[in-house]
Amino acid sequence: MRTLEPWVGPPLEHFLAESEARVVLLMTSAGQVVAQHGFTRSLDVMAAAALGAGIVASTTEVARLMDQQGFGALVHQGSEQGMLLSGFETPRGRWVGLVVFGNETSVGLVQLFWDELVRELAAVAPPETTQAPVLAENFERELNASLHALFGR
Amino acid sequence: MSRYQAELGRISAVRGVRGAMLVSMADGLVVAESLMDGVDGRAVAALAASLAGRLARTTAEAGLESPRVLHLHAERGTLLAVPAAAVELLVVAVTQSDANLGLARLEMLDVAQALG
Repeated sequence: MRTLEPWVGPPLEHFLAESEARVVLLMTSAGQVVAQHGFTRSLDVMAAAALGAGIVASTTEVARLMDQQGFGALVHQGSEQGMLLSGFETPRGRWVGLVVFGNETSVGLVQLFWDELVRELAAVAPPETTQAPVLAENFERELNASLHALFGR
Repeated sequence: MSRYQAELGRISAVRGVRGAMLVSMADGLVVAESLMDGVDGRAVAALAASLAGRLARTTAEAGLESPRVLHLHAERGTLLAVPAAAVELLVVAVTQSDANLGLARLEMLDVAQALG
C-alpha cells in the first residue's frame, strides 16, 4: 500500500485487512491519486484513476437529472471479480474510491468496511493547509516525488 | 406482506428473538429483514454471510458436510444462521441471551426448507 498523505494509511490498512479487497485506489474527484494498493504499474493506476473519476462524474450527472443528491456507490459484479466505485466527501474535498474484490470476500462485506473507511478518513483528516502555487520549476520534482511515493520509483 | 416477510415473521415471533433476516450467501446483502431497532442488519448480514462461507469451506476441507446450523454464542446474545443452500440464501436470527433458542432453530430450519 502506498499513500501520498500519511494520515490515509492506517484507515486504509484497516479497510484492506477487514474487507480482503484486492485493489484499492483513492483519488480526488479530478483523478489525482492519493493512495493505492495492489497496482504494480503506474500506467494502470493512472488509467484507472482517470476512468474511475470519469464514471463517478457521469453517474453524479445522471443522479442530478433524476433529482437525486448522488449515488452512494456503483458496484459491478463479475464471476471472478467485482468492483465498487464510490464518491465521498472528506474535509479535503470530494474523493473517489475504486475497490476491486474477488470471491474470497463479498460485496456486502466490502461495502460495510468501505463505509467505515469513509467515516475514519473524515475523522482523521487534518485541516486543509493552503497549497503553495505549483511553479513550473517545481512541477517535475513534485510529480516525481508523487510517483515515488505511489510506486516506489 | 411478501412471502419472505411472512416467513421471517415466524422467527421474529419467538421469545427473545431481536430480528431475523434473509441474506444472500454470495453477496452478504440483505434480501428481507424483520429487525428490532438497534440491530444493524447490513452489518450482521455481511458478517454472517462471511462467517458462513468460511465455515462451509472449513468443513469441506475437513471432509465434513456443510453446516446445517451456525450457532454463535456471545456475551449478550446469540447469532443463529441456517443455510438454505438451494436458493443460496442464509436465514439469520439475532437473539437476546434469554431467547428460546431451540424453538428459534426449529423455525429457522423450517423456513430454510420452505425456501428451498
